[in-house]
Parts: sequence; C-alpha cells; structure tokens
Amino acid sequence: MDYKTSIFVVCYILFAPLIGGLLQGIDRKISARMQRRVGPPLLQPFYDVIKLFKKQVIAVTPSQGFLLLTYFVLMVLTGAMFFAGSDILLCFFVLSTAATFLYFAAVVSSSPYATVGSMRELIQMLAYEPAVLLTCVGFYLAEGTFNVDEIVRSDTSAIRYLPGFFVAFVFILTIKMRKSPFDTSTSHHMHQEIVKGITTEMGAQNLALFQITEWYETVFLMGVVGLFVINSNPISIVVAIAVVLAVYFLEILIDNSSARVKWNLMVKSSWLVTIFAAGVNLLVLMLVYKR
Amino acid sequence: MAKIKKSPWLLHYDGSSCNGCDIEVLACLTPIYDAERFGVMNTGDPMQADIFLITGGINTQNAEVVKQLYNQMPRPKVVVAVGVCACTGGVFKDCYNILGGADTVIPVDIYVPGCAARPQSIIDGIVQAVELFQKRSDEHDKEMKNKGREAS
Amino acid sequence: MGIFVGKNNMEVKTMIIPFLILFPFIVAVLMFAIRVNKIRNGVAYLSAAIIIGVDIYLAVSWIMGGCEILSLYVDTALANHVILAAEIVLAIAVTILCFIHRKYWISILAIAPTALMAYLELYGPVEEGVAHITVDRLSILMCLIVGIIGGLIIVYAVGYMHGYHHHHTDIPDRRYYFFSILFLFLGAMFGFVLSDNLLWIDFFWELTSVCSFLLIGYTKEQVAVTNSFRALWMNLLGGCALAIGIFYCAYNAHTTSLHSLVEAGVIGEKAAIIPVALIAFAALTKAAQLPFSTWLIGAMVAPTPSSALLHSATMVKAGIYILFRLSPAMSGTLTGDMIALIGGFTFFATSVIAIAQSDGKKVLAFSTISNLGLMVACAGVGRPETIWAGVFLMIFHAISKSLLFQDVGATENSLHSRDIEDMHGLLYLLPKLAIFMFIGIAGMFLAPFGMLIAKWSALKAAVDSSNIILVLFICFGSATTAFYWTKWMGKIISHSHMTGEPFKDITKKNEMISLVVHAVLMILLCLLFPVLTKVYVGPLLTEMFGYSTDVLPTNILIMLVIIILLVFAVPFLAYIYNKNVKTNVKLSYMNGINVGDNKAFIDSFGDEKKLWLSNYYFHILIGQRKLMAPVRLIATALLIVMMIMIIGGAM
Repeated sequence: MDYKTSIFVVCYILFAPLIGGLLQGIDRKISARMQRRVGPPLLQPFYDVIKLFKKQVIAVTPSQGFLLLTYFVLMVLTGAMFFAGSDILLCFFVLSTAATFLYFAAVVSSSPYATVGSMRELIQMLAYEPAVLLTCVGFYLAEGTFNVDEIVRSDTSAIRYLPGFFVAFVFILTIKMRKSPFDTSTSHHMHQEIVKGITTEMGAQNLALFQITEWYETVFLMGVVGLFVINSNPISIVVAIAVVLAVYFLEILIDNSSARVKWNLMVKSSWLVTIFAAGVNLLVLMLVYKR
Repeated sequence: MAKIKKSPWLLHYDGSSCNGCDIEVLACLTPIYDAERFGVMNTGDPMQADIFLITGGINTQNAEVVKQLYNQMPRPKVVVAVGVCACTGGVFKDCYNILGGADTVIPVDIYVPGCAARPQSIIDGIVQAVELFQKRSDEHDKEMKNKGREAS
Repeated sequence: MGIFVGKNNMEVKTMIIPFLILFPFIVAVLMFAIRVNKIRNGVAYLSAAIIIGVDIYLAVSWIMGGCEILSLYVDTALANHVILAAEIVLAIAVTILCFIHRKYWISILAIAPTALMAYLELYGPVEEGVAHITVDRLSILMCLIVGIIGGLIIVYAVGYMHGYHHHHTDIPDRRYYFFSILFLFLGAMFGFVLSDNLLWIDFFWELTSVCSFLLIGYTKEQVAVTNSFRALWMNLLGGCALAIGIFYCAYNAHTTSLHSLVEAGVIGEKAAIIPVALIAFAALTKAAQLPFSTWLIGAMVAPTPSSALLHSATMVKAGIYILFRLSPAMSGTLTGDMIALIGGFTFFATSVIAIAQSDGKKVLAFSTISNLGLMVACAGVGRPETIWAGVFLMIFHAISKSLLFQDVGATENSLHSRDIEDMHGLLYLLPKLAIFMFIGIAGMFLAPFGMLIAKWSALKAAVDSSNIILVLFICFGSATTAFYWTKWMGKIISHSHMTGEPFKDITKKNEMISLVVHAVLMILLCLLFPVLTKVYVGPLLTEMFGYSTDVLPTNILIMLVIIILLVFAVPFLAYIYNKNVKTNVKLSYMNGINVGDNKAFIDSFGDEKKLWLSNYYFHILIGQRKLMAPVRLIATALLIVMMIMIIGGAM
C-alpha cells in the first residue's frame, strides 16, 4: 500500500461514521419535513449513539457482543478495501461475510422477533446478492478490471456503459439499506409486527455498534454509487457527489412514499429488475461493445 | 457529562385503558405536536427504550407483563404514567380485576394527569422525564466510575 | 505437450502404482472373508493407513522427482485380458442382480457396453507403443484426494457402522460386505484416475458405478433397492455413452488413449468431436448433473460413510476429473457450451431446491450436485482460469463435504435425527460436532475459504469467455447457495428450546480422528491456498493447456492473506475482548409474557406455551416435488437438442 491509498483508508475509517451519521441525520430531517414536521436536530443520530454507549450493557446472550463486533470490523474492512482501490468483487464477498455475522448476532439470542427478522434479512440478502455481483461484473466489462483504483482512473464514466446496472444497483440499494418498502427485516418505522426485527434483542452498546456499522455501510454503498460516475477527470468527482446525494434523496423519497411489501414481492421484483435491467445491459455489453 | 437527554426513546405500554390516552400519545408524534423535535422515538422494544410510558391501570393479567418489560429495560430508565388510570386506577379503580395505578407494580417517576391526558401535558411529562433521565444517567456514570476505581 | 519418461524414479513408480490399485482389491477380499468384527476392524485400520501412506509416498516422491509426466505400461497384454475378464464378470453379476429384482431392461445397459469393449479388445484395431497409465499433476491430485479422504472415511466408517447397527437392529449386519465394497471402490478409483487407456478407464468406471449401486442397496429395504437401481441405470447409461464413445474413437480417431484423444480434440480433428461429446455426456451422469441428479438424492439412503466417500467426496468427482481432462478439447466447441450450460443450470436449479430441504443429508446432497454443477461449468468453459477455479472447488468441496457428511452422520447417531430443525442449539447439545459442522459449512461459502475465491475466479472467467448465461447462473446461484448454508449455521448456534434432556455424544474415537483431521486439513488448505496455487495448480494448468495465466494477481493475493488473517483473528479477538465486558443478561422480548427461561411464553389461556423457532423452507413454493420435474425436463430437452446438434454437426 502506498502513501496515497493509506490516506484514503485512514480517512474512510475516521470520517465514514461522521458522514454516515450526518447522512442519517439529513435523512431524518428530510423525512420529517416530507411529513410536515420539524424533525429532530441534524446531529440526532450522534446523540442517539452516544446515549446508547452510556447505557447499561444488556443482552439476552453475551456472545451477541462479539458477533456484532466481528460484523463491525468486517464492514470496516470492506469499506477500507474499497477505498484502498482493491478488487470490488472481493469487497462484496467480505461484505456478505460481514452480513452473515449480523445474522448470527441476531439468531444467537433465539428471540422470536429477532429470528423472524433475521430470516427476513436472509431473504433480503437473497434478493440483492445477484444484482451486487452483476454490478461487479458490469464494472469489469466496462473498464476491463475489478480494481477500484483502475476504474477510477479510466477515461470515461462507467455509467455510460452501465445504465442498466445502475438502475439495478439503485433498486437493490433500498433493500440493502433496509428502507421501506423493503424494510422487512428491521421495520425501522415504529410499531410494526416484528417490533425491531433483526435488532430486537440489541440494546445499549450493541445497538450503537450496529448503528455505526450501518453508517460505514452507507458510506461504502454510496462510494459504489459514486464509482459509476467517477473517472480521471476531476470534475467527475463533483458530479459523483451530486449523483450520490441525488440517489440518497431518492431513497428517502421512496422510503417515505411507499408501504412495506411482502418478501415474495421483494424477491420477485428485485430479481426481475436485476435480470431485465442488469441482464439486458450485460447482454448488450458482451455482444455489442466487446465483440 | 454527555447530553444524553437529547435522545429519549420511549416504550409505550397500554395497560387496561380505554385507549383515549393511547390515541393522545400517538398524537404527540404527529405533525402538530411532533415530539421527535426532542429526539423522541417510539420504539416498541424495551431493550432499546429509556422512558417507559404507561397508559391505563394495572390489572391482574398485565401486572407481570409490566414488571417484565420494566426489567428488560437497561438502566438508566424513567417511568411515566400517563392519564389518571395509570396514575391511580382512575374510573376503573374499583373494578374486580384492577390493582390500581402503575405504581402498584413498578416505581413511577412522573405522573401525567388527565382523562384523557392532553398531548401538551404528555409532552410536558416527557420533557420532565428527560431531565430526570439525564440526572439518573449522570448518577449511573458516577457509579460506574466508582466501581471502576474500586476494581482497580 | 510432450510425454517424458523419467528414468530415475521409474522403477519405484512401476511398483507403487499397481500396488495402489491392487492392494485395495486384495483387502476387499479379506474384508469379505473375515467375519470377526474386531479382526476385520484391525485389518481395515491397517489397510487404510497403508493406503494413505503409500498414496502420500507416491505423491511426495513424484513431486520431489520433479513432477515429470510419466507414461507407463506400454505392453500389457496380460493385464488387458484380466481386465476384460473382470468386466465380463461384472456385467454378468449385474445382469443376475437385475433378473433377481426383475429389472430386466437394465441388464441391457450392462451387457451392451461390455460386448462393445470385448469386441474392441479382441478384434479392434491394435495400437502399439501406447502407455496405459499416465501420472501427471491432475491424476496425482486425484490420488491424494481419493487416498487421504478415502482412508480417513474408512477409519470413520469402522466406528460409524458399529453405532449404526447398534441403532438399526432391523437391518442385517453385513459389515464385511460394506467394507469389502468400500475397499473395492478405492481400488477402482485409483485405477480410474491413473489410467490413460480408455478401455481401462471404462472398466474402472463401470466398477465404481457398480460399487455405488451395491452400497446404496446395502440396507435391502424397499426404498433402498429402488434407489439403487435408479442409480445403476443412470450410471450405466453413462457407461454406454462412454463405451460407444470409446468404440467410435478407436475406429475413427485411431486411438484408445485419453491423452491422444484430447490432443486430437485440441487441434480440432473432426473425428474427436463425437467421442469427446459422448464421454462428456457420460461424465454428466456420473457427476449427477441434471437431468440425472435424482440418483444422487436417492443414494442418501445408504449409510453415511458411503454417502461421504462415493456420493460427494470422490466418486462423483470422477465425472469432474474426466471433464477436466477433456476441457482443452471442449474449449470453445459446442460440447463445451453444452457442458457449461448444463453445469450452470444445475448449479442454480439445485441450489434453489436445496433451500426447501430440512433433512441435513438432503441439503448436503443437493449442495453437492449444485457445486458439482459449478465445477462442470468450469470444465465446460475450458480456460485455464476456470480449470484453476474448478480444481480448487474440487479440493475444497471434497474435504468440506466429506467432513460435513461424516459430521451429520455422527450427529444423527447421537441426536437420533438428522433434520436441521432438530439441530437447533446443537452448539450446546453436542459442542464438538457442532464446531466441526460449523467449520465444514464455513468452508462451503464464507469469504476466506477457498470455495469463494474459486467462485470469484469462475465468475471472472465466465465473463472473459462472454458466457452470459453462465454469468447469470453464477450470480443467482451464489445468492441461493449462501441462503441455505447461512440458515443452517444460524440453527446450530441458536439458543433455547433445547429440551433440557442432555444428549450424550456417542461419537467414537475413530470417528473423531477422521473429523479432526478433516477440519485441520480444511483450515491448513485455507492458509496454504496461495502457496498451493503457485506451486502446484499453476503448473497443472501449464501441463493441461501448454500455458497458464496468472489467475490470482499479486494484489488480490495480498488482500486475500489479509482477509484470511482478519477473518480468523477478528472473531477470536472480539471474543476475548467481549469476555471482559460485563453484560447483564436479561430475558428475550416476548411482549412481556416470557415465562422466564426464554423457552416458553404465556398464551391467551394463561398456560405456558413452548416456543418453537423454525427456519423458512418455502417447500410449497420451491420444493423438490414442485421443481424437480420441470427442471429435469428442461435439462433433458437441452441435453437431447445439443447432443443431436453436436453429433449431427460432426457426422
């Protein structure tokens, strides 16, 4: 690792939670405004996490703590690998391992709500995994490499070749970020049938850890969205940030304007979108551009 | 001392009420009153809650439930009884199955009167509970620190 | 690709290789003859140890000798006749069994190829100066897999079969027969992977099919007999295709050597197309690809050691092995496309069906088929990268599946159930077995383990070869694969609704030895993975294709090492750290009506109600009954159409 990549990695590890938390704060604020409320302060997510750390450590099964910690570290590793310019497919593989540990952390308590939530989380993974892998394939086809640092240095933005992949990725982003209509596993809006789903038995610092991990994840995912746009031209960075913010806003809009769907509709729709958007794009790329 | 009062998360439990207070509690979260301004979140999960909000009286069936929910909340925690039924048993007080207000099974910190309690007074109760929550948290911190000192 | 003859260790090899093939046959006879359990077990241990020892010696001495490709036994008139005689005996035996069980038509499938082979042997074109046995990296690798895993499984089987007959008193104790077949199979397998002569290959091929058939029918129960005959006819059908292919090859391509056939295929000789397609078709039956997958599912009625050895770790790999051998010839041809398509389809379809299974062994069976599908697809694409991926898939799959099968078997003996739902909280009931199971499953799909990297490479190669359908199959199949493994792992570590009565771990010491060695091998391989690829698998590709590409770039390799270290270290360190955090234990959330032990709640009648947590299976939606028939239909149609296209195109 050279000097420059180390800076990127350190920056990610230090600032990702800040950016992620801030994004969540914006999310809550905008959501409130969409509902014609004042909403919480912008820094509310940080207040929440600080409070959670201050509370008495409590759990149904003590082993949950170490599983969540592993989830956290692997998620940081995923992002660090991504921002170090490493292989994007490998990043997503580590990400899926991280997600597995989250699943373990939820089921280890054998709580009914957490178990239902975690089963649904698995279904969510089933729904988004193909699109994620295909996105990596798309980058490879468009830029001839899986390496993030080389994709960034290319002459044209990847999105030029990958509009279908972009659509599919944004679609599954809603699932990945557990936002309505695909928040089946956490039910992040209050008072729902599975309480807090996968996070039901997480409290105090365990929940705080989960929250921070989500921030890291958000930044990583937004990084992937940005990767669609960024090229060797410095202006593209500005465009990328604009696109990321637009996508994030879109997610908030979808979140606030849709009701939760059942799992089978989720899997069906995401797979269909994956096949028709990404698959057709893949077909075009392989047959038209590369041959 | 961190300002943990900025993030009070509620657990709302409906005892044996007429649902009048419950509707008012939910009204607090609607655009008109918007309790989220204070960082209030209505979680359904005792594990994540700081303030236990009870409406309605305690009857023989839910006494154990209320106790269990209370025990599942991590310290520091505050209990708010909303409405006259939760405070004293209210109009149901002499019913065969009613034990009385919430304080018959768990320690209640804040009493919010009214039948039904108005959103304004509920929010007022929550704001008071938040102050108490901060105080308890500071005490909890101190206690933990002392414990740490003893251990080392 | 030239054939070199190493003089220095030539003599050793000429001794060891026949020993490795013949010794198990002798032991098989011994096993059958010795009817005293203790003595037989002793002999079995000793023989297993000898097989492992000789096997490793062969590999080490060969690698030390510089890994030259050896071609041995040019003049083998006697051996040829012995093999022909044995083949005829085999056909007669199968025919008799078919008549006893009134499956007359299956006997045709046994007699026809034997007749073809006999004709070829006696009246066919004589080829001079061709080696019958070839030793190269791929066959040594297969030898290692067969020898080590086979030996370990025999050690395991001694303990397992004891427990098995202890529980299943209704099944006649025919352990002498069981072990005899196991050893017979090992010999056949060694013969198969070391042979280069197609006639020999055909004989050993048929022998493994028959071994499998006999072991499936071991219990003599109705369902076992039915399933064994299903396995028999499907494998024999493959055998027929193989025989026809060989026959065609001998007359049109003028060779009975596998190497020459592949070379002819690589340069695009027309006469090689049909034999390659037919042999590949045979490999599909052996590797239990769709539409032939049902025989492997049915084979799960056999006692677990045979499932582990034949139906997951080694015998089904024979199909993969032969496809790897053919892959340079298949690359870019219609045959290759067909194999890749069938493999990819099998990978995806069976992994979907696996989600709906709750029987542990069935999940293993479906995942075996599914993983074999991926290997088959890798072979079909036929590029160095895919074969690289395929070889690693094969190694990791062999070890972790063997581990898993043995573990599920041991768990079944202790728990009296192999249903995954009953394994809820296995970590607290049978901790040792649960940990092995965990390692095995982790090996099947989690990040640092080789399977995943192999998948990475397979995906990359599929993209490189512009095989869109395969890319889609791999992407979707990976998602479904992760689904059923993860939910199984979750079941193992879940707390609660343990019935309270402790289960006694009655796993025998010998079973434990095998499990431990497997688990250690698994982790070692994971750590040595980067070394292995540089030292062994890279040259293997050069051997096969004449060139090799650097499949794993250095930066990936570095990344990989970091990930491996982290994924092993992080949970461990986190565990240590977390031990010091004082956690207050509280009840799990059940709306305040938790009875107080997390195992029950109070229902609306005020009574206690047991909490029962179950995984999702969707068996109505994607169950075997619903999906198997259409999926087989699609695969059959695909196979028939493509075979017609290939053969018609080559005529």
